[in-house]
Amino acid sequence: MRSRILGWTIGVALLIVLPPVLLALGQPFYVDLVRRIMILAIAAVSLNLILGYGGMVSFGHAAYIGIGAYAVGILGFYGFFNGWLHFAVAMLASALVALAIGAVSIRTNGIYFIMITLAFTQMLYYLGISVAEFGGDDGMRLKRRSELGLVDVNDPVQFYYLVLALMLIAVVLTHRIVNSRFGLVLRATKSNEARSRAIGFSPYPYRLTAFVVAGAMCGLAGALYGNHTNYITPGLMSWQQSGDIMFMVILGGMASTAGPVLGAFALLLFEDFLSGWTQHWQVILGPLLILSVIFFRRGLAGILYKPDA
Amino acid sequence: MRDASILAVRQLTKSFGALRATDGIDFDVREGETHAIIGPNGAGKTTFIGQLAGNLRPDGGRIVFGGEDITRLAAPRRARKGLARSFQITSIYPEFSALANVALAVQAHAGHSFRFWGDARRDRSLMEPAKKILEDVGLGARASELAANLSHGEQRQLEVAMALATRPRLLLLDEPMAGMGAEESQRMIGFLGTLRQRYTIVLVEHDMDAVFRLADRISVLVYGRLIATGAPEEIRANPEVRTAYLGEDA
Repeated sequence: MRSRILGWTIGVALLIVLPPVLLALGQPFYVDLVRRIMILAIAAVSLNLILGYGGMVSFGHAAYIGIGAYAVGILGFYGFFNGWLHFAVAMLASALVALAIGAVSIRTNGIYFIMITLAFTQMLYYLGISVAEFGGDDGMRLKRRSELGLVDVNDPVQFYYLVLALMLIAVVLTHRIVNSRFGLVLRATKSNEARSRAIGFSPYPYRLTAFVVAGAMCGLAGALYGNHTNYITPGLMSWQQSGDIMFMVILGGMASTAGPVLGAFALLLFEDFLSGWTQHWQVILGPLLILSVIFFRRGLAGILYKPDA
Repeated sequence: MRDASILAVRQLTKSFGALRATDGIDFDVREGETHAIIGPNGAGKTTFIGQLAGNLRPDGGRIVFGGEDITRLAAPRRARKGLARSFQITSIYPEFSALANVALAVQAHAGHSFRFWGDARRDRSLMEPAKKILEDVGLGARASELAANLSHGEQRQLEVAMALATRPRLLLLDEPMAGMGAEESQRMIGFLGTLRQRYTIVLVEHDMDAVFRLADRISVLVYGRLIATGAPEEIRANPEVRTAYLGEDA
């Protein structure tokens, strides 16, 4: 417990001092990189709620990144630039889509669940490609970034701190949820569904609720991601993107608070390092990822911390 | 049907292909009694219990629990109405502590769990009753142990503890002694002996020693049919039962 608090304190302190240090070193690129990592960490944290704690292997989580990003793009397209409106619509639209996808897919299990969540996200991906008004395959440039008043998203450093704050809120919120009565039902049902049913829990409404909460949270990550790239393409909803987020969770450690954040940093920093070194970096990354799954079954968080009793 | 029946089963049938696993069963459980179901392997005991608990849909017939027709209710609804079960094959939450296992059962009985903020593991309204029940079943000292690390016998006790934590009106115990050594079995029989004074129990068990010591009435299930129901001495004396079942043991 104490080592966890210490770990978080050091980690957050590092993230707070990082931008001025990087700027002083003349490395503004890395402010952008870490910001991007933290945005995707929010997505990974949200996926961890359903994948790690709920046992729902969603292979379509990138759908909500796309929905969140397109919410920003489409509202801007029609002249709405209020950032709070962007975030609210991104989360609400993601929640509604998650409700629809979840309502169908949570009735299935195992490989069927994986395939159905993938299929829904592919549908959205092709929808993105086919709607010419919003750029179709080429995507669309944001007319303007979200206007939040307090924070200027056009300022890389201010945007960075906004993302950091939202990531920490997502972590704390998820931590509270998984330790609440609701979260325990979710985790227990992952552990032994027959037992949960036998003591009187109907798993479906709990799973669906978690699925919707995760969708909304990832929708916020999508809205941030749209602002980060300033350019939105259907590729945000590709299955590779879903796979990346899933990998962050697995690499970092499923069903752990810090896991998805660690996973996001590890995967994307390593990817950045390798791609600067050789253009065939995927040949190296792939096997390393496989080895990490084989040897660190509880992920990076499992190396750092002992499990909860 | 006597008025005091808490559970009344009428003409229950269930087939798997050509196999009639449950073949027109009429079955009553009286308030307060311990009613054992015995029968040779493959007689359909677990199928029958599965239908009582709601894990299996019967093809026909009715199940009335506490005066209410529950034939179409799913397992969680039945559990919330006071029908608790233990499984033949141990079914617990291995990654949770023994205390957390029982606390979850307490929580299941405490109404819906759409509470997202408070830490459930510091919730005294869950932990205090859970601790008490663990102590009652003799696992008080093991409360903080991971359920996976408990011995087989302790896990069986934990399962019963979870059933008790839902404050059941009827306990369905599916072979609670399964896989236990002689000494563990004796301890479990002693424990069930204390429960039978406080609960209405349907006990499926192979261990004849346990059945004849604990049961007020016994029903004998053979090839999906109940061939006899009665007090232990009647069952012991029943010639049909002797040939069909006890003959193997006697």
